[in-house]
Amino acid sequence: MTTKLFGTRVPRVEDQRLLRGRGTYADDVLVGQRVLHAAVLRSPHAHARILDIDVSEVLDVEGVHAVWTFDDLTGPMAEPLPLLIPHPALTHGRTQFALAKDEVNHVGEAIAFVVAEDRYVAEDAVGRIRVDYEFLEPVVGIDAARAATRLVHDDVPGNVGARLEQENGDARAAIAAAPHTLSLDLTVERSACQPLEGRGTVARWDPDLGRMTVWTSTQTSTGVRGCVAAKLGLDLGQVDVITPDVGGGFGVKINHPWPEELLVPLAARILGVPVKFTEDRREHFISSAHERGQQHHVEVGFDDGGRVLGLDVQFWHDHGAYTPYGLIVPIITSTQLLGPYKPGAYRVVFESLYTNTVMVTPYRGAGRPQGCFVMERTMDAIAATLGKDRTEVRAANFIQPDEFPYDQGLVFQDGRELEYDSGDYPASLEKLKALVGWDEFEAFRAEMAAEGRRVGIGLACYVEGTGVGPYEGAHVHVETSGKVKVATGLTTQGQGHQTAFAQIVADELGVPFEMVEVTTGDTRRMPYAVGTFASRAAVMSGSAVHLAAKAAREKAFRIAAEALEASVDDLEISDGVIRVAGTDSAIDLGTVAVLSNPLRYAFDEASKAATQFSVGDPGKPPVAEDDEPGLEGKDFYSPERSTFASGMHAVIVETDPDTAEITILKYAVVHDCGHLINPMIVEGQIHGGVAQGVGGALYERMAYDESGQLLNASFMDFLMPYVTEVPAGIDIDHLETPSPLNPLGIKGAGEAGVIPSAAVFAAAIEDAEGIPITAMPISPSELFTLREAHLPEETA
Amino acid sequence: MTEEVHDVRLQVNGATHAVTVPARRLLSDALRHDCGLTGTHVGCEHGVCGACTVLMDGRPVRSCLVLAVSAEDTEVTTVEGLAEDTGEDDTVLSPVQQAFSDCHGLQCGFCTPGFLTTITAGLRANPDPTEDEARDMIAGNLCRCTGYQNIVKAVLRAAELTREGR
Ligand code: FES
Ligand code: FES
Repeated sequence: MTTKLFGTRVPRVEDQRLLRGRGTYADDVLVGQRVLHAAVLRSPHAHARILDIDVSEVLDVEGVHAVWTFDDLTGPMAEPLPLLIPHPALTHGRTQFALAKDEVNHVGEAIAFVVAEDRYVAEDAVGRIRVDYEFLEPVVGIDAARAATRLVHDDVPGNVGARLEQENGDARAAIAAAPHTLSLDLTVERSACQPLEGRGTVARWDPDLGRMTVWTSTQTSTGVRGCVAAKLGLDLGQVDVITPDVGGGFGVKINHPWPEELLVPLAARILGVPVKFTEDRREHFISSAHERGQQHHVEVGFDDGGRVLGLDVQFWHDHGAYTPYGLIVPIITSTQLLGPYKPGAYRVVFESLYTNTVMVTPYRGAGRPQGCFVMERTMDAIAATLGKDRTEVRAANFIQPDEFPYDQGLVFQDGRELEYDSGDYPASLEKLKALVGWDEFEAFRAEMAAEGRRVGIGLACYVEGTGVGPYEGAHVHVETSGKVKVATGLTTQGQGHQTAFAQIVADELGVPFEMVEVTTGDTRRMPYAVGTFASRAAVMSGSAVHLAAKAAREKAFRIAAEALEASVDDLEISDGVIRVAGTDSAIDLGTVAVLSNPLRYAFDEASKAATQFSVGDPGKPPVAEDDEPGLEGKDFYSPERSTFASGMHAVIVETDPDTAEITILKYAVVHDCGHLINPMIVEGQIHGGVAQGVGGALYERMAYDESGQLLNASFMDFLMPYVTEVPAGIDIDHLETPSPLNPLGIKGAGEAGVIPSAAVFAAAIEDAEGIPITAMPISPSELFTLREAHLPEETA
Repeated sequence: MTEEVHDVRLQVNGATHAVTVPARRLLSDALRHDCGLTGTHVGCEHGVCGACTVLMDGRPVRSCLVLAVSAEDTEVTTVEGLAEDTGEDDTVLSPVQQAFSDCHGLQCGFCTPGFLTTITAGLRANPDPTEDEARDMIAGNLCRCTGYQNIVKAVLRAAELTREGR
């Protein structure tokens, strides 16, 4: 091959389309064709029994075609939605119905579904539905859930959906015997993914072919396909799900199915006209998913050097009204909390609690930001107690480079052992200290203090389990033109998969990058796939694409060797031409593709060109028993366990002495995701993650009132960072400890930027203010109040 | 209950679209669903995210806050109208679009049309922005993916490309 693309900053191919406004997001599908539009009646109450629904006035609205309530649903559609990831500890899992049956458990729960000529008319009709409710007292927030004076579900005692405990060693005994102990209470509030594109689904039923085509804004096309088939009573083979472009996901689009993902195809089949649902922003706030809300209690015992001898963590996770996504988030917190450290003994127990609020699915980082917050606040507290430098305490607890693979003695979210594959945490810390100027900070602080300015520095370390299984697959097809069509089943929501995967294929197959075209998220092209979440796409599909391209290359070489009357070992390929090394004897990959398919029709010039070569033995069948026609490669990658990326962030903040405004002066990231396929894309992921992290640390929260109304369900009131809120520059340094678990040595990078944010900001604010920070996010007014609360102590 | 409709002529990217719409139809919906120009995206429908920004007589407006009927007699430019049509196989990216590609200024691409139109107008008003002015120029648009740094870079790069006569 000529130049290796792996590891280089190849500009993204998808940009050509997206920059011209030619992307295809769900709501762009079937524009210009006859499509009906859906709107949903959503519960205005957090907890209520539905006594009666009157839809009699709905069909009078001109342009309305149909309305569904629970009573209209039959068969599997009338059963609860699937509990996707059951777990033995989830003793009281509950999922919603596609349309509420008898009871609603959060504001925004779907009650009725209207289909009309356009969205405006559908919403008019929704406004005419009359529902009689019997109000029930809602349970809002973790305190209310734990108090359990009221229940979300009558048959779930104590509002506890699950209780899970894991222990490695005897943590309580180790703490009791330790020279120093501390206890901490730490809280993180609810936030949400908020991709700029909300959810959207379009479906078309073709009665002649008996096929359902669904376009949906999802992180898992295959998952939606399975659900649609099961719920609508169709064979899997009758359902195609296509997801060309997704306007951001960050976790919320992994849930499947959403009620609308079933109701839209159902309506399309019954009405015989394509149907579209496009969520609006308020709906996204109150009817999709949130994350992050957790309370934690930590007991820790340590020695004079800051070495953690025993760590005992108890926490409470608010999973909202339903648990379709199981216990993934709290399991991740409970395990990933350990980060790069190896405590002498560790015990963790959590309860996952029901509340009358929107359900939880993973949000970028998925439980890790909370875990990192807990562990890093603990490290800072230990350092403060011992009067030691915060980096020293961390270094005393690091897993050392020669200790990999390192088994943490716990079970991870995928049911496999929590065993880290590779890493070099001491090297990472050295890089971070240099990058942020850790050792020079006290001089800087003094300089600033002389000007009456208050600054603080913080750091936070994390390890991120990435590339979870079970598998991904890829299909590579070389056309007779020499073009290479690649399909992988997982979706893309902005991570540049079309570019990154094409880089891998171009390298492996020895073809120009421009000849490779990658399709993602189309079940017609690759029906076996899991999805794009948990920083798994590069590891999983990247590896699968690599293996599939290798298979295609092997076949190409086998045929070319025969055509060129040479040995496979003497062949090489570059720029799409296979040649016998050191000779003029050569054949185009496209011509090999023609030869791979023993047809006797010359469709095109490539076929004619192929006639000069002869392959195959006339005494044998044209397609050998162990062969198949066509130049294709297909393979799957299934890892033993997750890869473990890692990183460390540091931030310098300035806090305003009067307004308590928090300004970011410097932000530094050291990042290790193994080998980088495209550093430009990885850095982009870090930038985006840091911005989301800044939002989570300083601004974003779900402001529920006690009746369960979300008071800030708009972009006007839920504060996400604009350019004015993010650091002007992020200093990034990479470390590459390749993963031994996959052929490319890669680990995922998607969530890295966001994991340590709450921890790193809490540390820096605490350092600037000298007040313990135990709850995030923190707004200027909260910081102001904290200052007031600590005044008497200081003056006393 | 029949809704009153209006015949409106929308001038978009140099072409005329005759559409029949109710008075309440948003320009964003008319552009997307009646004119078929789906490049304009809707992220919030309440004027905060800027994804739906189009140029009306050269000025950036949020098409989710404009009624389609009131866009009559104006010249609307959407993202589809930014690239230069060379009559060849494909259009040539405008300096702003090219800069986004050069600087990795987009990830999912959903907010991108709003940034491109906003910056196109911004650079006409201020062809040589400082970094602070570049940040100001995009301070009204939300992006959930990129963290903005590369978008700021793209603004500066676009100014450079424009100066170079690209
Ligand atoms: S969609 Fe118009 S500003 Fe958000
Ligand atoms: S690129 Fe996804 S929202 Fe900006």
